[in-house]
Amino acid sequence: MSRAAQSNSTNILDRPLGRSGGRGGSSSDGNYVSLSAFAYIYSELVQYHQGRAASISELERRLESAGYGVGLKVLELVAYRSKETKRETRIMNMLQLVSSSVWKALFGKAADSLERSIDHADEFMIIDYEPITSTFVSVPQDLGQLSADAYISGIIAGVLDGAGFSARVTAHSVELEDGEYSKSNTTGMPPRKDKAVFLVKFSPEVLSRDAALER
Amino acid sequence: MSTPILFVIVGKNEPLFEAEIDTTSGAAGGNDLSTRQNYFVLHSSLDLVEKSSWTTNNMYLRVVDKVNHQQVSTFLTAGNVKFMLLHGGKGEEVVKNFFNEVYGYYVKLSMNPFYKYDTPISSKSFDTRVRAAARAYLS
Repeated sequence: MSRAAQSNSTNILDRPLGRSGGRGGSSSDGNYVSLSAFAYIYSELVQYHQGRAASISELERRLESAGYGVGLKVLELVAYRSKETKRETRIMNMLQLVSSSVWKALFGKAADSLERSIDHADEFMIIDYEPITSTFVSVPQDLGQLSADAYISGIIAGVLDGAGFSARVTAHSVELEDGEYSKSNTTGMPPRKDKAVFLVKFSPEVLSRDAALER
Repeated sequence: MSTPILFVIVGKNEPLFEAEIDTTSGAAGGNDLSTRQNYFVLHSSLDLVEKSSWTTNNMYLRVVDKVNHQQVSTFLTAGNVKFMLLHGGKGEEVVKNFFNEVYGYYVKLSMNPFYKYDTPISSKSFDTRVRAAARAYLS
């Protein structure tokens, strides 16, 4: 049963997924994308939503839902590339996966740290000193609360939701304390005065399920 | 094997993809009664799959249910999408290889920015490839 219309380009199902996933020097250009290209596209994305959103929180919500779809797909991709047929079922393991593998796949390095909140048992924080979404964005005074990293928090929410850990993820900018410094400084840019903190708050049923699995 | 093989991909709420593969004739046929019964068997084993999905780390869950002479094997992706296969007793390795191949196609399909996660899969080339894999591995 042969169909006449054969397209010239290869079907998406035939293309390799870049299993080497690192700086193995593979000739396929699927692994790295230029940072400036991303910065341009991202700034267009933000402007597009800014024109259509009525308030800061709506703009953040739009950015988050834009990142959500990416998160769902990144989860599948990262799991497939790692070649071990294992899924994560525990909260801590899942968060480790997010802060290391997902971050490496998307940004080329692991997240700078993963912390657990002391006050609330269901809150965790992923910290990144130099998130690429806000490095090239300057927020004007009248949008003072806005964090352009809402896109990344959407990605994290997508990854966690896809795996069955529903969570609410928000992005915050926290001032760098004395002594803390951002190690990876983008060349040509003044050093940042704040770091991005992604607050992950899991839903209660996720916690109760995790506690039940503990036993 | 004269029993047809039923392969279903199930998302969170609904089946995303169904393929009934008859390895003897190669065409999707069979009478209605056995088809309906097969679907029923497959969907009733979903509860068992859900239960074991949180107790194990593995993606491949082997045989989760045995009804009459048919077995249901399941494979879970990282995003909790279930690949279920109703078959009449194929070997473990064979089924595992088939699942791995379909998993590769599924991940590549999800790289399509227009494919929304957890929606029915309507791509013809996906369908062709799954059937070809089934014929290659399961007959």
